[in-house]
Amino acid sequence: MEPVLELKGITKRFPGVLANDHISLSLMHGEIHALLGENGAGKTTLMNILYGLYKPDEGEIFVNGKKLVVDTPNDAIKAGVGMVHQHFMLIPVFTVTENVMLGNEYLKAGGFLDRKKVAARIREISQQYNLQVDPDAYVKDLPVGIQQRVEIIKLLFRNANILILDEPTAVLTPQEVDELFNIMKTLVAKGKSIILITHKLREVMEFADQTTVIRGGRVIGTAKQSETNQLMLASMMVGRQILLNIEKKDADPKEVVLDVKNLKVLDTHHQIAVQNVSFEVRAGEVLGVAGVQGNGQTELVRAMTGLDHPIEGKIKLMGKDITHSSVKEITELGTAHIPEDRQKDGLVLAYSIEDNLILNTWYKEPFAHNIVLQRKVILDNANQLISKFDVRTPSPLTATSNLSGGNQQKVIVAREFSRPIKLLVASQPTRGLDVGSIEYIHSRIIEKRDDGCAVLLVSTELDEIMQLSDRIAVMYRGQILAIVDAKTTTRESIGLLMAGVAPEDH
Amino acid sequence: MTQTTATIIKPAEYISPTRRMVMGIIFLALSVGIWVLFSRNVTADMQTTFSLYPGGSKVIVPDWIFPSLPMLNILALVGSALGAYQLARGFGRQTNAILGVVSGIFIFAFLVWGASGGSLNLAGLLKVAVVRAVPLTLGALAGILCERSGVFNIAIEGMMLTAAFCAALFGSLVNIWFGLFTAILAGALMALVLAVLSIKYKVNQIISGTVINIFATGITSFLSAKFLQKYEALNNSGRFGTWDVPGLSQIPFIGPILFSHNIFIYAMFIFVILMTVALFYTRWGLRTRSVGEHPKAADTLGINVNRTRYISVLLGGMMAGFAGAYFVLGSVGRFDEVMTAGRGFVGLAAMIFGNYNPVGSLGAGMLFGFADSLASKLAILKVPIPNKFLEMGPYIITMIVLAGVVGRGQPPAAGGKPYEKE
Repeated sequence: MEPVLELKGITKRFPGVLANDHISLSLMHGEIHALLGENGAGKTTLMNILYGLYKPDEGEIFVNGKKLVVDTPNDAIKAGVGMVHQHFMLIPVFTVTENVMLGNEYLKAGGFLDRKKVAARIREISQQYNLQVDPDAYVKDLPVGIQQRVEIIKLLFRNANILILDEPTAVLTPQEVDELFNIMKTLVAKGKSIILITHKLREVMEFADQTTVIRGGRVIGTAKQSETNQLMLASMMVGRQILLNIEKKDADPKEVVLDVKNLKVLDTHHQIAVQNVSFEVRAGEVLGVAGVQGNGQTELVRAMTGLDHPIEGKIKLMGKDITHSSVKEITELGTAHIPEDRQKDGLVLAYSIEDNLILNTWYKEPFAHNIVLQRKVILDNANQLISKFDVRTPSPLTATSNLSGGNQQKVIVAREFSRPIKLLVASQPTRGLDVGSIEYIHSRIIEKRDDGCAVLLVSTELDEIMQLSDRIAVMYRGQILAIVDAKTTTRESIGLLMAGVAPEDH
Repeated sequence: MTQTTATIIKPAEYISPTRRMVMGIIFLALSVGIWVLFSRNVTADMQTTFSLYPGGSKVIVPDWIFPSLPMLNILALVGSALGAYQLARGFGRQTNAILGVVSGIFIFAFLVWGASGGSLNLAGLLKVAVVRAVPLTLGALAGILCERSGVFNIAIEGMMLTAAFCAALFGSLVNIWFGLFTAILAGALMALVLAVLSIKYKVNQIISGTVINIFATGITSFLSAKFLQKYEALNNSGRFGTWDVPGLSQIPFIGPILFSHNIFIYAMFIFVILMTVALFYTRWGLRTRSVGEHPKAADTLGINVNRTRYISVLLGGMMAGFAGAYFVLGSVGRFDEVMTAGRGFVGLAAMIFGNYNPVGSLGAGMLFGFADSLASKLAILKVPIPNKFLEMGPYIITMIVLAGVVGRGQPPAAGGKPYEKE
């Protein structure tokens, strides 16, 4: 059988980087082909080339045996290739209908938009592929799972036969993931072919017919689902043996460090983001906060660290009321914070590593003497921490903007962990990092726990929560639906909670 | 999904009680203001006369004469009733509309007091308000065209000024229509500069706009001083005459206010309608707005982001050019240095106040025009307020609106950011 899509020897160079090195890939009719690789392996670059957003330096693309030159996304769309991007390409203030027709509008006599006809076509597609969505709803009002359906409908509206899904599960609950894969099965059954870009092994094992692993811009191998297993794919992806599960002792919780009662916090739009939230974290344990992104975790963390103040409720740190304390006071009481967005809130990107390492201690001895910074001490401190925390950098004077994501995160961890701390608030500590860095940061967090630090871990990655936590709190629409023991719970029951099904319902 | 999310806990929309109270207090304060400032300064026998006949119209409408004090007391009572209800229960979503009503009552009371024992030409006041709204609304429309596509255009002032200069010069040299044409062309040329700087060379759009404004002030002042003010033949373009709309201009009161003007006033109304239709009901509008909201999304759908932006900025420049022509061809018939006097910036304020909507901008333009018109009438009324203070009114309102007291507007999400393909 002839492949519907063939990539031959695709090469793309960026200044100083070989992003794609002679990558070849063939997609068969009606299959789900997974493209597996770590962040930075070159998956997205490859797909952007196929979609006409980048031009390849070498290589050819064939669709149904015919050579295809893609200069713009239009060429790809015409050839029946469609892409659902990792960050949705939807306009929040437009309706579903307007988003779907954009670029491919139906017109009435006189050149006016024919919204009705497009809406009718959307309903038709919804029926055919079992993709329920209201054409008149505004995209900003839809949950992410539904927004993703809108993206898929956009492709089907343009009669795409080859669908590329870039990390489609990153923002979904486990149940939404299952639904997405049901949709993908329907699509494939109706003759579409799918490329699934992912770095999650479990998805590949469960849903792909065939898997191509790439690493460092090169194809490491292609395997049928029946001929492979998770560990094999993992080592192909990383290039060495890795531990999929980190080993840890049982927790030994001691006194209460963080005590939160009836918290109510507003978001930046003055809407209630967190309400009726109460919990405590003890020294020597990890409390994981699970939940789909945007269910109040960000606001919760901001309240814990003093970046925002709650409108109701109390927060106590080791018995001291910190509800309305400043960030500096909270930091000095022994709170460390690994923020959700490391580039925006964790580092001053334009500053050097040595300066970033003293961002919350610069005014103290020995880094400052009266009003003068002690450059030598600061440099020594940087050199010490760089080797201790294995930050890969040419020099402590390098600007943090020049570091890779993993090394940037290590700088933050080094800064926060090198002080005596009682409480660690870690928000998405491994987002966007490679497997090696994830392993490293996870083991450091567990180390802190064993040292008697209380850890509040907020993550949307269920695997991370399951691996590190001793107890798990699930947040849904600003509330904690339940706090459960990590050892006795299952992925499925956490998944249901993340989707908003309270424990008494099942 | 629908099956699994059985227990959806919806967080209630948070309406701050503070905001409700503050609004209630504002309503009451305005009502008390009516009583303290106006009612107490009027004696029981005083009468207010509003003339409803602006002059020049064939339809004669009798004056509206009523006793001042009872009217003021009624207005103060209505205002306090609204304030009391706001404090007790709150108008919820209608709060902003009620704020508008109470402010309206206050302004009307001000006029009643100002004209007590005398007479005020209400129709004339409103007619001038419409005229004063023209450059502001047209400027706002120019701004909307650019901003909806994601390009900040603070150079509207400079575009207007250059256009006004060209309108005077070429209007004098050739004829008034050619003057109008060159004004629009001048606006387009200035816009081309802005577009190339901010789209192609990705210059900070505030800076490129400022540069254009400074350039426009300099070059027009220089050329004007050198030629236009010396040779009267170069600065005598004439202006478009008044044209009564047949039928409509005969409507009593409203007719002369809205339908007895020159072409710029009618063009303002027509452009507002045209732009509303074009932005929200055509392919061009959908694509333009998409580029201003999320250019990358538009790009992935095969829409040429930069070309769309060029077109919008050029159209915006032409609109600004047309607005500039108004100062000469629709108003005084000659060019004077820096004659736009900040109207381009007020136009931008009207755009923001009108929430980037043509119809909203017309409303804002009218409001600002009214304040402008009122300030000029104050000299006639014996009101002990310096009219410069009243002229500040629109800007104070704008600042209050921008500070988010009335609510947040929704500017295009990608405004001011040059588009880069990673």
